[in-house]
Amino acid sequence: MMLDPQLDADGNLIHLLSTEGLSREQLTRLLDTGASFLGVSDRDVKKVPLLRGKSVFNLFFENSTRTRTTFEIAAKRLSADVINLNMSTSSTAKGETLLDTVDNLCAMHADMFVVRHESSGAPHLIVDHLRRTGRSDIHVINAGDGRHGHPTQGLLDMYTIRHYKGGFEGLKVALIGDILHSRVARSDIHALKTLGAESIRVVGPQTLIPTDIESLGVEVHRDLDSGLKDCDVVIALRLQRERMSGALLPSATEFHDRYGLTHERLKAAKPDAIVMHPGPMNRGVEIDSAVADSPRAVILPQVTFGIAMRMAVMSVLAGG
Amino acid sequence: MPDLKNLPDAEQQIAALAEQLRPVFEKAPDTVLIGVFTGGVWIAERLSQLLPSHPPVGSVDISFYRDDFSERGLRPNVQPTTVPVDIVGKPVILVDDVLYTGRTTRAALNELFDYGRPGSVQLAVLADRGERQLPIAADFCVWPVSLQSDASLVLVRTPVDDSEGKLTWSLDDA
Repeated sequence: MMLDPQLDADGNLIHLLSTEGLSREQLTRLLDTGASFLGVSDRDVKKVPLLRGKSVFNLFFENSTRTRTTFEIAAKRLSADVINLNMSTSSTAKGETLLDTVDNLCAMHADMFVVRHESSGAPHLIVDHLRRTGRSDIHVINAGDGRHGHPTQGLLDMYTIRHYKGGFEGLKVALIGDILHSRVARSDIHALKTLGAESIRVVGPQTLIPTDIESLGVEVHRDLDSGLKDCDVVIALRLQRERMSGALLPSATEFHDRYGLTHERLKAAKPDAIVMHPGPMNRGVEIDSAVADSPRAVILPQVTFGIAMRMAVMSVLAGG
Repeated sequence: MPDLKNLPDAEQQIAALAEQLRPVFEKAPDTVLIGVFTGGVWIAERLSQLLPSHPPVGSVDISFYRDDFSERGLRPNVQPTTVPVDIVGKPVILVDDVLYTGRTTRAALNELFDYGRPGSVQLAVLADRGERQLPIAADFCVWPVSLQSDASLVLVRTPVDDSEGKLTWSLDDA
């Protein structure tokens, strides 16, 4: 069997690259640990000394203010030192390769890399490089790579669902909109499968749904009403217009008419269904303001839980 | 070595500890009890029932403050620390079941100070095993006991989920 790149020889989680391949026990342990950290952010001193003296490097090759900020807050609440590198304006722009950048940061005694990259697999490449060069004591967290995955977002979504629904058994979950470009969708689908959700639907226009997505064990719906029917959890995805080249979509208005979440359309879901969104939202496109600002929307709690989950991931990786 | 079959009655020891603490609460009625998870919290809850003023009880889980995190990692299901009243300037009695190396007490003090600056902190324990690795001593103690270094002395509650459950000692003589 091929060695899981996320695990060390003893089976401990030392990198987080994907929610795929994590066992139910590992996912549950991460969620439980996240619950422990939730209270830290409510205290006067919002800090615990777990990662005191450790250096966490945020390597963002692609802009993302929210994800970078929540990782920075999480690391600082664990007492780590955080160095933010905006790679689009740094040596990479001058021609340095990814692995040369990594080697240089290792020479600065980095303990953890948080990596966001436009290419799928970039964090995996860094893990392989660290293993080959005997520096597996440095931990890597994937903060979003291409269309592949965004595992900490997947974990915070699972935390949010468990918080509001109590568990995963019997749950019907719909992911709506731009599945094609969404690494969040992939991370959510793998985690939901492992945690035992009953039904996972992806809903959107044919052009925005990957052709082989059924192989992940999801139902494909082209029609929003059938996709939402009796759902417990509705996850709206951001329409990633900046990634769209060619004629994937007639117009944002037409998308909203067919797939935008409104109170009217949500009547197909269960009355107590929660609405989630990974942010940033396009109000009036994938979600109506009236829905986004309603009590059933748990979009801001997702952000709060995201900090606790990122603290949990960093602590579990660093603690082995 | 204590007789394995005849460990002392923990409930009686807690009553004795409450008697030791009674003058403290008569002198300073705003004193707060803070138990260290999990045994210390159970004892602090009992003490609050036994003391006439029924002082408020807080709890600390020291998992985020351990000095062996890099070797042992984080155990799952860390309990939330709760400090029910503002401890700034107040006398605090820190309560634990067993005092041994002193490292747990060190971690608990660090965590407590992240909630504010207490007026004073005193340490109350049921059992003191000696063999300290840090300059820490108990102010109130019922049972000084000497054990082999690999023995594990813990307080158990039966049933564990019942706040009225009976507290007893368990000695695992590894």
